[in-house]
Amino acid sequence: MAQERRFPIGSPILEVKNVSLSFGGVKAITNASFSILTHEIKAIIGPNGAGKSSMLNCINGIYQPQQGSIIFKNELLSKVNPNLIAKKGISRTFQNLALFKRMSVLDNILIGRRLHMNANFVQVAFQTNKARREELENRKKCEEIIEFLEIDDIKNTPVGKLPYGLQKKVELGRALATEAEVLLLDEPMAGMNVEEKREMCRFILKVNDEIGTTMVLIEHDMGVVMDISDNVVVLDYGKTLADGPPSEIRANQDVIDAYLGVAHD
Amino acid sequence: MKSNNIFMEYTKNDIINFLLLMFVALLIIPITIESGYWYSSILIPWLCLALASIGQQIVMGYAGQLALGAAGFMAAGAFACYNLILRVPDIPFFVALVLSGLIAAAFGILFGLPSLRVRGIYLMVATLASQFFIVWMIDKFGWFKNYDSSGIITAQDIVIMGKSFTSPLEMYLVIVFVVTVLTLLAVNMARGSTGRNWMAVRDMDIAAESMGISLLRTKLQAFAISAFYCGVAGALFAFTYLKSLEPVAFDIKLSFKILFMVILGGLGTISGAFIGAAFILLFPVLLNSVGNNIFHGAIDATIISSIEQVVFGVLIIIFMIYEPLGMAKLWDNIILKFKKNN
Ligand SMILES: Nc1ncnc2c1ncn2[C@@H]1O[C@H](COP(=O)(O)OP(=O)(O)O)[C@@H](O)[C@H]1O
Ligand SMILES: [Mg+2]
Repeated sequence: MAQERRFPIGSPILEVKNVSLSFGGVKAITNASFSILTHEIKAIIGPNGAGKSSMLNCINGIYQPQQGSIIFKNELLSKVNPNLIAKKGISRTFQNLALFKRMSVLDNILIGRRLHMNANFVQVAFQTNKARREELENRKKCEEIIEFLEIDDIKNTPVGKLPYGLQKKVELGRALATEAEVLLLDEPMAGMNVEEKREMCRFILKVNDEIGTTMVLIEHDMGVVMDISDNVVVLDYGKTLADGPPSEIRANQDVIDAYLGVAHD
Repeated sequence: MKSNNIFMEYTKNDIINFLLLMFVALLIIPITIESGYWYSSILIPWLCLALASIGQQIVMGYAGQLALGAAGFMAAGAFACYNLILRVPDIPFFVALVLSGLIAAAFGILFGLPSLRVRGIYLMVATLASQFFIVWMIDKFGWFKNYDSSGIITAQDIVIMGKSFTSPLEMYLVIVFVVTVLTLLAVNMARGSTGRNWMAVRDMDIAAESMGISLLRTKLQAFAISAFYCGVAGALFAFTYLKSLEPVAFDIKLSFKILFMVILGGLGTISGAFIGAAFILLFPVLLNSVGNNIFHGAIDATIISSIEQVVFGVLIIIFMIYEPLGMAKLWDNIILKFKKNN
């Protein structure tokens, strides 16, 4: 890791405290606690079904945990929904791609700018100055992101027609476009080859370095995890098994027994 | 791919197409077509129903909400317009028309509420309530019909700035004006952030919500605007085509017709509304004239109307499966091929 960071890691921005979530009889998360520090890249690892995605869904307001609390910037998040969480400054990508399939790459990324655009439908219908200005400004921002992600050549293609790897990239672009303080990335590199993964890591590191976005990343590739994350939290059967810097996690006997020891694809 | 299609600035093609259309609508047609039949039986209903189809397009093609009940909102608009002109002295026609749209929009919000809970076929059934409720309400309370017992009320003449527009050509021109303005507004919304939000809700609602789009507001907005278009279309339909106000004219069959116009024309395109409406209106006319002129009436009228239904049914299934973007897309493809060959 670089020695001098433009955005040094600070105090906790997001705290998960004793969170439990179950679906009927299935316990997805059991009393999990960890915190995420401002400007850090935090990996969440754990075997399939460990409750990683469910955790992001709780933070993001899709699921409501039955117990525990989630605190964002010293504010308890209760009775929330994804829309509210977006407004508070947390954005995300989804494990199984949740793009707007029939819309172009550019339009998908423009939706990421939703909260930066507030012309109402009457202003849009009559193309008032405000509506035009805002549209142009936000398009420019999206073009920058498209350039950054090197997807210029496909910006007008409907995303449904793109190969999986590119769709993953577009989804990252959409999340980046929000300029949220915290990004939750659910397996952004799943199904990618080494080359593509390396590229994705570069994007994540660069955004974290240049604008200080706090990243929460679910990833299975231990090479990637140990490489780019500042801290790692390990979930196993819905419980937090360990939480600490990569070097510590690698040496943790519980983690080795439960997860690292066994082969993973 | 063209890289210069930053939409806010209309492209040169857009402007040329628009001017061409206006030239045809305002000059060529009025000069060349004299027969009132063409205006009253084809152009006027076509434009009215195309406008209602834009409404259906907004809620279904853009916002992805399977709503069925356009005719109910049309009835609301039609009777609102009748009552406004009847009861508000000297109300300008266009003011009455816009208010009628707004009243229909209020019903749109009310009957859009189920969309917050159910989707797909369930929503379709739930929105049918609008169809039955509005028509029932107008029938039930005599006030809406000014206590007219005959059941059919004659629509007032359209008077704009002291001049009455009663001939087929004059009424056609009024409609061209309204439809042009509302179509432009719809295109602006569809291409702008408003339409993007609708489509995001249509394509993946949970992701849309996670990007800060309120599903509640966006869906109800689409329902309201959709009903506004249907309401205005209904008022125009009653005042220029039916020339009367009768709730039965706005039955469920009309709602289905508008639904089919949108499906055949192409979901999620404004031009599809016009193409679909033209097809659904003209196809029976065409079929009839084929029956009369080629088979000299040898084919029974009931058979012809059955053929019509079968063809519509088959086409709808074909389009749903193979070309969900409908005839508008088909047309684009043909143009594209044509350009390539040249
Ligand atoms: N919506 C849901 N309904 C029922 N069970 C669910 C749901 N979401 C997740 N689960 C269950 O919760 C557990 C954790 O799932 P998940 O969070 O997806 O794990 P991970 O992302 O770590 O692979 C699994 O047993 C899964 O079957
Ligand atoms: Mg998962």
